Amino acid sequence: MIIHHPLLGPRDASEFTYLGDAALIHRPDWEAEDALDQFIDYGYLRSNPAGLHRELWFHEGGDRSWLVVTRDTTTHEITKVELARDVARQEGRSK
Amino acid sequence: MSDRSNDMIPRTPLGGTEPRVDTHGPVTLTEVTNTAIASFASRLGQESTAQDVLAKFLGTPVPEAGRAVFGDALGAFWTGPDQWMVTAPHTSHEDLAAQLVPLANGSASITEQNDAWCRFDLLGDGLADVFERLCPFNIRACSGGEATRTSIDHLGCFVVVADPTHIMVMGPRSSAGSLHHALMTAIRSAH
Amino acid sequence: MSQTNRLNGGLINRDRPMSFKFDGKSFQGYEGDTLASALLANNVRLMGRSFKYHRPRGPLTAGSEEPNAIVELRSGARKEPNTRATTAELFDGLTATSQNRWPSLAFDAMAVNDRLSTFFAAGFYYKTFMWPAAFWEKVYEPIIRKAAGLGSLSLEPDPDSYDKGFLHCDLLVIGAGPTGLMAALTAARSGAEVILADEDFALGGRLNAETFSVGDQSASGWAASLVGELSAMPNVRVMPRTTVIGAFDHGIYGAVERVSDHLPVPADGKPRQILWRIYSKQAILAAGATERPIAFEQNDRPGIMLASALRSYVNRWAATPAKRVAVFTNNDDGHRTAADLHAQGVKIAAVIDTRADGPVSRDYEVLQGAQVSDTMGRLGLTFVKVQLADGSERTLECGALGVSGGWNPNVHLASHQRGRPTWQDDIAAFVPGDALPVGMSAAGAALGHFSTHGALQSGVDVATKALDVLGITSNRPTLPEAEDAPINVTPFWHVDGAKRAWLDQQNDVTAKDVKLAHQENFTSVEHLKRYTTLGMATDQGKTSNMGGLAIMAELAGKSIPQVGTTIFRPPYTPTAIGTLAGRSRDEDFRPVRKTPSHTWAEEQGAVFVEVGMWLRAQWFPKDGETHWRQSVDREVSQTRKSVGICDVTTLGKIDVQGADAATFLNKIYCNPFAKVPVGKVRYGLMLREDGIAMDDGTAARLAEDHFVVTTTTANAVGVYRHMEFVRQCLFPDLDVQLISTTEAWAQYSVAGPNARDLLQKVVDPEHDISNEAFPYMACGEISIGGVRGRLFRISFSGELAYEIAVPTRYGDALIRKLVAAGEEFDAVVYGTEALGVMRIEKGHAAGNELNGTTTALNLGMGRMVNKKKDSIGSTLSEREGLNTEDALKLVGFKPVDPSKSVPAGAHLMTKGDKVDAAHDQGYITSACYSPNLGHHIGIGFLKSGDTRLGEIVRLVSPLTEVDHDVEVVSAHFIDPEGDRLRV
Repeated sequence: MIIHHPLLGPRDASEFTYLGDAALIHRPDWEAEDALDQFIDYGYLRSNPAGLHRELWFHEGGDRSWLVVTRDTTTHEITKVELARDVARQEGRSK
Repeated sequence: MSDRSNDMIPRTPLGGTEPRVDTHGPVTLTEVTNTAIASFASRLGQESTAQDVLAKFLGTPVPEAGRAVFGDALGAFWTGPDQWMVTAPHTSHEDLAAQLVPLANGSASITEQNDAWCRFDLLGDGLADVFERLCPFNIRACSGGEATRTSIDHLGCFVVVADPTHIMVMGPRSSAGSLHHALMTAIRSAH
Repeated sequence: MSQTNRLNGGLINRDRPMSFKFDGKSFQGYEGDTLASALLANNVRLMGRSFKYHRPRGPLTAGSEEPNAIVELRSGARKEPNTRATTAELFDGLTATSQNRWPSLAFDAMAVNDRLSTFFAAGFYYKTFMWPAAFWEKVYEPIIRKAAGLGSLSLEPDPDSYDKGFLHCDLLVIGAGPTGLMAALTAARSGAEVILADEDFALGGRLNAETFSVGDQSASGWAASLVGELSAMPNVRVMPRTTVIGAFDHGIYGAVERVSDHLPVPADGKPRQILWRIYSKQAILAAGATERPIAFEQNDRPGIMLASALRSYVNRWAATPAKRVAVFTNNDDGHRTAADLHAQGVKIAAVIDTRADGPVSRDYEVLQGAQVSDTMGRLGLTFVKVQLADGSERTLECGALGVSGGWNPNVHLASHQRGRPTWQDDIAAFVPGDALPVGMSAAGAALGHFSTHGALQSGVDVATKALDVLGITSNRPTLPEAEDAPINVTPFWHVDGAKRAWLDQQNDVTAKDVKLAHQENFTSVEHLKRYTTLGMATDQGKTSNMGGLAIMAELAGKSIPQVGTTIFRPPYTPTAIGTLAGRSRDEDFRPVRKTPSHTWAEEQGAVFVEVGMWLRAQWFPKDGETHWRQSVDREVSQTRKSVGICDVTTLGKIDVQGADAATFLNKIYCNPFAKVPVGKVRYGLMLREDGIAMDDGTAARLAEDHFVVTTTTANAVGVYRHMEFVRQCLFPDLDVQLISTTEAWAQYSVAGPNARDLLQKVVDPEHDISNEAFPYMACGEISIGGVRGRLFRISFSGELAYEIAVPTRYGDALIRKLVAAGEEFDAVVYGTEALGVMRIEKGHAAGNELNGTTTALNLGMGRMVNKKKDSIGSTLSEREGLNTEDALKLVGFKPVDPSKSVPAGAHLMTKGDKVDAAHDQGYITSACYSPNLGHHIGIGFLKSGDTRLGEIVRLVSPLTEVDHDVEVVSAHFIDPEGDRLRV
């Protein structure tokens, strides 16, 4: 597979380490009333779509960026690649 | 600080007292030890200040993603977002990191990397034939000024292209022997 | 009798004769021959025996699709079984041996299987060996193992080397026949970066095997001139002897280049083969087509081959399998074979055409509407029996029979990503379907354009389309004149009523086996394949699958496309395991990491152990020590008595800087770091988000905004990855920067009561390292002989201890300096075994305890999890299941009988309880002999262990026959109060 790194262009997937669902960015608030339940969902419940999937890849053999890769799990077509840090900020992880 | 006593004798990454040089066919492989290295990472919110500091130190604009710049003595290459490796002669800049810290004045995090890496320079013609046996990075498309981290025989290495006849490989120092073996094997296979 | 069947002409170099041996007999051939063509020229048709029935066989094909002529090539360590004689390029001194026969190819004892064939029909394996069950291991399996398999291994290490490599191109052209050459030329002249790969050593595909002309040149001459032009262009890489074996995601192709297979041995330093990973933007599948046979009675005798193969042997290699041949065809292309052979002086016994309206000839007899009904000749064809249109029979004398059942486009690579081929009626064959791998298009014969003109045209057209996608304007070359004859095929798959008509000749599957599969309801193609083993041999059914599908369709009353094909998978042709391994084998399996003291340790005769990729000294044997325990006990005792030195460089070191560095550490460690003063070190426990312990280490605060964090050796990579995840994905606006510095510093532990005295001699005199100036858990910068260094007062052994670091280039000098300075204290250097013993004696948790199932609570560090802050894992560590009353607790164990050991992995049972999983109380994680206590000790996890000190529990390990009592004690066997650390 080839992942089009937003800064470095096409790179072989062998340079990357896979983590999984990009929903892992959304770590719950530890002070929420139902924090324990939220963390259990966060830790153990994952979607497993046949189709587009947003997932985290780490460019371990490259620039050490975490990326959010949107990949079709049925064809391996990659439709979008973003820096995870940008995604995290856009999705409210800044404070 | 007292004078350096003569029993603290440095070793090269390959374990010798002098850098190793091998020549095979058109390619010369040289162990390069006279390189001081410091990583330079911008602090959050101070990216432009940090870049200005680095550019002033280098005397050239800082390299973009995937690029390197080379000065007379100083050089730098991009290693990640807002992050570079700065290089200088070890003989004159052993304390490169310490020199950069006051210049950055809190705008960047600077870490000494002098001995984290072994460096091998490949000089000669036909280097693309060697590198196509080593890593997925397309050396044939390089004209000079490219820098990337890639995997060579399972080792995460920086490949920095000065020009098509001069390419530097920086790998983990503890695996200098394995990296040297991989490079020599590829040179013998290609030429 | 030398080369009696060699004709005139051909693309062989008669100025370069070559000697070779087959089954010990010497022969001569020429440069340009394959082993098969050279054997045929020497009138050898019998080249192998089949897999199951050991039937005598000769080549069916002249290419990589060969099922029959499979030999062991070379000898000794370089012997390679299952090599196709039809692709093995002849070199002077080549030796080959037929396989699957004993004692000889002409007389094979296992051929008795052929007489017993009724027992060995499809599915025999499943039916025969079912009972009695006890017979399987003792009787059936050994017999099957002996009989099974093609060829034999040398059982010696492969002396050759294999490379892996990476290539990049705009356009990859797969196959260098008329289509591929034209496609490559179009793209090359348009300025694209082109790779042209072909499995053959002579590029041109069928152009090298045909007599017609292309433009004003011979077909092979035209091919050679085009290859010449392409080879001279800087933007083209022409790769002969290179098989594209697989189409992978996003335009990546795997290709095997046989660099040295045509040489007696590879040149010095050169690989035998290279596995290339080709990154292409576009690819054209110009892999051509493969002729398919017709199934008829006894159709496997040596001398019976595909008509196109017969033509190739005669035209390209000037070798004929016999002086008198016949052709059996259902299409016009078979007639071309007869015409070419006739022109070369080979006698044509007759052309047997299944069609009543096929072409006729003035030069030889054509039997229209006829079929081959039987053949004769035990070790080679002598006669064929023909049933004529009027029902009468005729016997023809011939030593070879060319068979043509039409052509199958080589769709394999087009289907490697599960795209199904589609049926095309006019050629009665499958062509690549719609769902090709991204960036790939098919062209020429691979797309069903079988004429030379059609192929050339298709090459230009498809290349132009690919260039369009790349945004390159096509510079279309002028098409040369070439033949454009249709093949006029009328589907004809098998002759009715045959008892033994072979489909898959390598796995000995007959038309009857397919019928049996159908009868037993294995009608899906995937079931048919597995039940009969059709297409499961090394040739993957390239010549046989279609025949099987056609018969199954007929039996099921379906059309062939309704039956469908099995899945096509890489590799396209058999690939050596060594090629896939590349350089990563033996001592180069993975890189080695050496510590800064490695050279010194080698000089001392240290015994090394692999820890991850690191080579670490395990112990340092001294003269007179004959057992490792003597060395380790000495190293431990001497360290605790005086002082010991150990290389601890391998611990991961991560530099953490930034205004929010302390906040960041508060996130990744469960215990707090904000208040650690500059110049101090603190132990940290890192949890996974699920509350399980992940790693532990220390963080030294070098400045307000600067820490150095250590990780365990094994987890350095994973911890760094985790820290970057937390930094970039969870807390993107913390001002923190990370970089590994593991390799930058050589670091040694100096431990024992004399540690300070030793160090004082080593560090430059201006540094005060007294207990007052540099107390327990202090850190700071120092210098050694003017070299910048760092000192940390931390201890893993439980003794007064320091870790001292210098830039790695001085690591060798520092170990020598420490040892020299240690002489007056009788200092020892200790290895990882002694390190382990001392940490177990001290009760420090390590990898065995942080084993992916244990929590801070289990480790006795439950109170470290700070509830006043958010850290990774803190919330989930509070789950009920992880905090039960009887949770496992880390405690120590000593044997009640001091002569007994406490083996790690043994389980703990309450005295009097049953010994079973339901009553399990815990297990030992780490154990050793303690030279300080004089008996074995262990640490491990015991339910409610902290409340059971003094209890005697039962230690069991049924597998290793351990069953004795141990006493539950504190895990801190040495200095439980920690006084020694602070002196």
